[in-house]
Amino acid sequence: MADLADMQVVDAGLEAAVASLTPDRIERVVTSVLSGAVAGRLKLYLQTCVHCGLCADACHTYVSRNRDPDFAPVAKVQDTLAVMLKKKGRVSAEFMKNAARIAFIECGGCRRCSMYCPFGIDIATMIMTVRRICSLLGMVPQYIQDTTNSHSATSNQMWVQADDWIDTLMWQEEDAQLEVNGLRIPLDKEGAEFLYSVIAPEPKVMAQLIANMAVVMTVAEVDWTMPSGDGWDNSNMAMFSGDLEIMGRIEREHWERALELRVGSVVMGECGHAYRGAVYDGPKWLGWQGPPLPMVHAVEFYYDLLREGRIEITDKLTEPVTIQDPCNIVRGRGLHDKLRYVVHALCDNVVEMDPRNEHNYCCAAGGGVINCGPPWKLARLKSIKIKAEQLKRTGAGLCITPCHNCHHGVEDVIGHYNIDMHTSFIIELIVKQMKMPAGA
Amino acid sequence: MYDFASGPLVWIAMITFVVGMAVRIVWMIRTIKQDPTVVPVMTVRHSLRSIFHWLLPFGSRSMRTRPFFSGLSYAFHLCLVLLPLLCMGHAVLWHQSWGIRWWSLPPVVADVMTAVVIIAGGFFFLRRIMSPEVRNVTTWWDYVVLLIALGPFITGFVAYHQWLDYRTIIILHMISGAVWLMAIPFTWLQHMFMFFFSRAFMGSEFGAVRNARDW
Repeated sequence: MADLADMQVVDAGLEAAVASLTPDRIERVVTSVLSGAVAGRLKLYLQTCVHCGLCADACHTYVSRNRDPDFAPVAKVQDTLAVMLKKKGRVSAEFMKNAARIAFIECGGCRRCSMYCPFGIDIATMIMTVRRICSLLGMVPQYIQDTTNSHSATSNQMWVQADDWIDTLMWQEEDAQLEVNGLRIPLDKEGAEFLYSVIAPEPKVMAQLIANMAVVMTVAEVDWTMPSGDGWDNSNMAMFSGDLEIMGRIEREHWERALELRVGSVVMGECGHAYRGAVYDGPKWLGWQGPPLPMVHAVEFYYDLLREGRIEITDKLTEPVTIQDPCNIVRGRGLHDKLRYVVHALCDNVVEMDPRNEHNYCCAAGGGVINCGPPWKLARLKSIKIKAEQLKRTGAGLCITPCHNCHHGVEDVIGHYNIDMHTSFIIELIVKQMKMPAGA
Repeated sequence: MYDFASGPLVWIAMITFVVGMAVRIVWMIRTIKQDPTVVPVMTVRHSLRSIFHWLLPFGSRSMRTRPFFSGLSYAFHLCLVLLPLLCMGHAVLWHQSWGIRWWSLPPVVADVMTAVVIIAGGFFFLRRIMSPEVRNVTTWWDYVVLLIALGPFITGFVAYHQWLDYRTIIILHMISGAVWLMAIPFTWLQHMFMFFFSRAFMGSEFGAVRNARDW
């Protein structure tokens, strides 16, 4: 059965919704979503599923929680969407609160289970449909709803104000000038080859990552720019809270900014879900065939710079390091080989996790789970014991995490399970280990 | 009873099966076409690539992680599909009814294959009871569907060995076969056909859109 401690977590967002929802409203919303465009696929999946349970072992939550059957992907669908369909939406507010906990906390939509289902049933899509219903009902954990509200009001995830954004870029430009003389962070440079896109946690709490990228761009002599106005952040928490209208608005604004600046392509920093939002979910929702410009993830960008010899690594790490494959750029983009090329260029002693590549376990932070905030932190960490075991088995002292969610998620795992390890973005290693120009 | 089971019932079952499945598939394709995220991204290459890896014995990591279950499941499905088409008793009926000459399996081979279906089916039945993650999502209906799937094989096996009263058993065999066919469009036995659609979509989504493998 589900974890009683998790069931007793008080989340202001969910409690408020329980108090205000009526059965009629729930029925209306559930029926409208389940009879929409996704109806065909949901019915195909639910009618085809033979309840074989083969998806269970694929799920980090299930294997981490002592193989409690309620955490198996098939059970999560049976306890949420299948009931809603069977009862034609006549479910209670308490039922929806339980469904919200399952959909927001116990599943991050990493899609690993779909690779273990013989029929390729897209369980993550079904769980995201539950989130969509929850969002339309206002049944969303308070912290992640706050990020969505921030997106709505400020266009970015963390309430970064317009002047703070520019101020942070100027501050990071000054910092980076200590590394490379005359370095600039070019703002709104029309016709630049690359637009560099970051997510809001960078200016808010990890600003040095921007300076790091400025150093790499300058040393590699890349023609680049960053936007001074809204659209700079495409970390898209609305995509995970189920607010697809805001999700689409963020992506449209992001791409419009890139098009206004007439850049050749967009380089996305080390973030998996922002990449996913910009390349897949955003364009799909907006009715576009794909993104209007090419988007290059940081891993691909570093790979190209290294292959072309535009940056040179002079100092390689010798301590054992391991690699966390982020779902959205590996299972979601197949970048695992390029990621390894980059890491091997920086490190001599790479110890792989098992399983790895597309089969790696999620960090349990992605998919909006970490954004559900402190009330759910313990639940999240209980769901990722398998990652702690994976990390420990490598014996590495450093885990390379080319994704913000993985970075924080793995950091939390290390702290909670007391592992002698720390995490790093790739850019942090590159700036320390690359050849700097003479006189810099 | 014998005349009904071997005559009209076969027609009813066949028509229900073919029409039911056709309606199912046409409805599914029509509704899925309304979903802008599915059909536009599908490619033949990635669909076939995924189907191939999941039809190949041990062609996916999922299958390799549980060799006993995968091997048994593979044998079960292979025998289950081949036997109704290729067992000698059926070949004789094909010939008597429509004059079609059909290749058929030697009786001993068919007998062993039937035993494989029954033993594997029994294992699946027990697994539903014993494995917590399966029992948790199994309803009484799942047991019924599994029994429907096994019915013709159990009765066929008994009939072939001429245990019990042959005439009664052969009538039961025909009835259970008809139920088997008619159940396909209305139960999860439809995965026999829907497998190809859900696999094709997932193969395209992983391969064509996300540049990754799904096996």
